[in-house]
Amino acid sequence: MNKISTVDQAIAKIEDGMVVMIAGFLGCGTPETFIDALIEKGTKDLTIICNDTAFPDKGIGRLIVNKQVKKVITSHIGTNPETGRQMNEGEMEVVLTPQGTIAEQVRAAGAGLGGVITPTGLGTVVEEGKQIIEVKGRKYLVEEPLHADIALIHAEKADTKGNLVYEYSATNFNPLMAMAADTVIVEAEHIVEVGDLDPNFIHTPHIFVNMIVKGGHNG
Amino acid sequence: MDKHEIRRVIATRVAKEFRDGDLVNLGIGLPTLVANYVPSDIDVTFQSENGFIGMGSAPEAGEENKNLTNAGGQPVTILKSAAFFDSAMSFAIIRGGHLDCTVLGALQVDSKGNLANWMIPGKKVPGMGGAMDLVTGAKKVVVAMEHTARGAVKILTECNLPLTAVGVVDLIVTEMGVMKVTDKGLVLIEYNPQFTIDEIQAVTEAKLIVDENLKEML
Repeated sequence: MNKISTVDQAIAKIEDGMVVMIAGFLGCGTPETFIDALIEKGTKDLTIICNDTAFPDKGIGRLIVNKQVKKVITSHIGTNPETGRQMNEGEMEVVLTPQGTIAEQVRAAGAGLGGVITPTGLGTVVEEGKQIIEVKGRKYLVEEPLHADIALIHAEKADTKGNLVYEYSATNFNPLMAMAADTVIVEAEHIVEVGDLDPNFIHTPHIFVNMIVKGGHNG
Repeated sequence: MDKHEIRRVIATRVAKEFRDGDLVNLGIGLPTLVANYVPSDIDVTFQSENGFIGMGSAPEAGEENKNLTNAGGQPVTILKSAAFFDSAMSFAIIRGGHLDCTVLGALQVDSKGNLANWMIPGKKVPGMGGAMDLVTGAKKVVVAMEHTARGAVKILTECNLPLTAVGVVDLIVTEMGVMKVTDKGLVLIEYNPQFTIDEIQAVTEAKLIVDENLKEML
């Protein structure tokens, strides 16, 4: 099974209207190769699940500026004024969710859990429309799992089978999102042979990965 | 006091809250400055919620690494003892009671320890980021902020902006004083002698209970 792909082969998997997870934290650890390609192709009406909408000229923010996003589930939009503008004008739906909750919702989807129960957001607008349950005398919000059609991942190293290693704070949502989508597409700065990575230090095991594209800013 | 002095006073006082061995998360802006005032005789580890502990100072020009940024997206350095992890681990640390102290700014805070710091409806909606998790999970929540916002009162009887969390704030540190949230309300435990108690109360909507052991703050 050859997972090494071209950008075009990878982007062909992403159709209009799909739910796409894109990893990264204010652009750090975001696979920019795929952002470039999505902008070039013009894929539209996407639902994006991400930590934040980055900046107008960096990361996920560029897809929003280019009006390719119908809905975004995210924790922070403050660094990208265009997200706020499209939200206020009713052009795009924005679901603001606490960062730790998104992380666990994504993990839950990948781990086969029916959701997570968290105290975060109790007594705030975040609890609106959600079930509240009590466990051992303490209240929690029920948050459903977040699954996607596609996950777009940035890794520092991948072997040809798909074992992944991330670097520093570019890790963030990458390992979680790599578990929570039907098709997982990786941009790797370096692609190495099977056996070149120490199996004790693999962050994402290869079974989660479907396609690997050589790319990234060190590539 | 000028802006620089206000920030120095607040950051210096907040840093005194830390104990040897603490894990601390500092918010963006004024709270970030607190790292510069940690007493040299204690060992404090800083967490960056984008996925590591052991955060150091800003890098020298030319030493930036694009894969190593703080939670504000700025390049940063790490200590030799640093450790990296994913966002689920990062928030397990935060939510799971492993974080000794979080220091954040506020738009409003009130006498019940309610905090509003993530949106102004119709005006500014940046999102909550990690703030809701931080104040829900940290063992101690310290609000570090200027006492008023260009004259507008921020320490209220009851917040009227959308809340970040209910009843979570432990301590409020401003350039005018230090207030502790208690069952009875806000207790002024320290004050800046540049101001009188009346002057502090005049710019505080919540009724301040003056501690019987009231001290100077620095």
